Amino acid sequence: MTSQSNKPLGYWQKMVVDWSADKETFQVSWGKLMMWIFLVGDTFIFSIFLIAYMKVRMSATAEWPSTSDVFALEMFGVYVPLLLIAIMTFILITSSGTMAMAVNYAYQGKKKVTFWLMMATAFLGLVFVGFQVFEWTKLIVDYGIRPWGNPFGAEQFGAIFFMITGFHGLHVTGGVIYIFVVALKVRRGDYDKRGFQIVEITGLYWHFVDLVWVFIFAFFYLW
Amino acid sequence: MTEHSQDQSQEHDQEHDHPSVALYLKVWILLFIISALSYMVDIIDFQGMLRWSLIIIFMILKAGLIMAVFMHFSWESKTLKVALLVPTFAIPVFMLFMIIEANYTFVNRMLHMGG
Repeated sequence: MTSQSNKPLGYWQKMVVDWSADKETFQVSWGKLMMWIFLVGDTFIFSIFLIAYMKVRMSATAEWPSTSDVFALEMFGVYVPLLLIAIMTFILITSSGTMAMAVNYAYQGKKKVTFWLMMATAFLGLVFVGFQVFEWTKLIVDYGIRPWGNPFGAEQFGAIFFMITGFHGLHVTGGVIYIFVVALKVRRGDYDKRGFQIVEITGLYWHFVDLVWVFIFAFFYLW
Repeated sequence: MTEHSQDQSQEHDQEHDHPSVALYLKVWILLFIISALSYMVDIIDFQGMLRWSLIIIFMILKAGLIMAVFMHFSWESKTLKVALLVPTFAIPVFMLFMIIEANYTFVNRMLHMGG
């Protein structure tokens, strides 16, 4: 017979203890917990947008425009479908990677590496926004896509496209500013005494932006 | 921390038990590969159920990897995991409602508004 106290708590036992005991339920810092809760809220906003898109596309009687063709790029005289979006996806994944590295080095206390990795992340985020500006310009000026109609098919396409990618682009822009500020503060030594968890919290936000893009890429561009 | 002492130290060590750079690099490469694969779905131009299921599979794989490793979700406490995941079940419920609504709208547009 093993003694009760040495046995680790089972999955549900631990849960019950965490929720019912007279103590903090989650053993994480407030900053991190609040970021997670904010991200759950943000998840709902993006889900509502994507569900709205689903509803509008399912109920449209006109043909839905082909995203492969709308977002194609001509490279060296060859017509490559969806190339622009593929490049944007790779840029965002790369920036997520550099951010993850930054978090790792922050916990090791390597401020200089952390700073430059965060700057790289912010730079890649800016490149992503730049691509988005290019994409919007092409769609508005060259293709004549408007929120109320477009020459390719279902009128709702423009409204959904500008709403979803616009809101995501706003998140990326906000993230770039956020990362930039935190990176500068890391370099200045603001967190030397308080610890570097802020880098992880910033990272959570940034990975979430990447996470949302995964869903937008799948449902809006590929579907 | 060694594997053996993990049980005892789980409570207070969880926050410092972060994944290694090697793991990040592996996940990073994996994400690149999966992204390339999901892009291939469009290039090869799969259609119908095959296309949709492949898109969903690659999407879930990518989202899962980002969340589990990059966002350190796997290293969080069980209680936090449950608190964050349970509310998201509202999403499929809302989706179901909107599928019903969308079909209703579509049928009525076809019947009464001539498409």
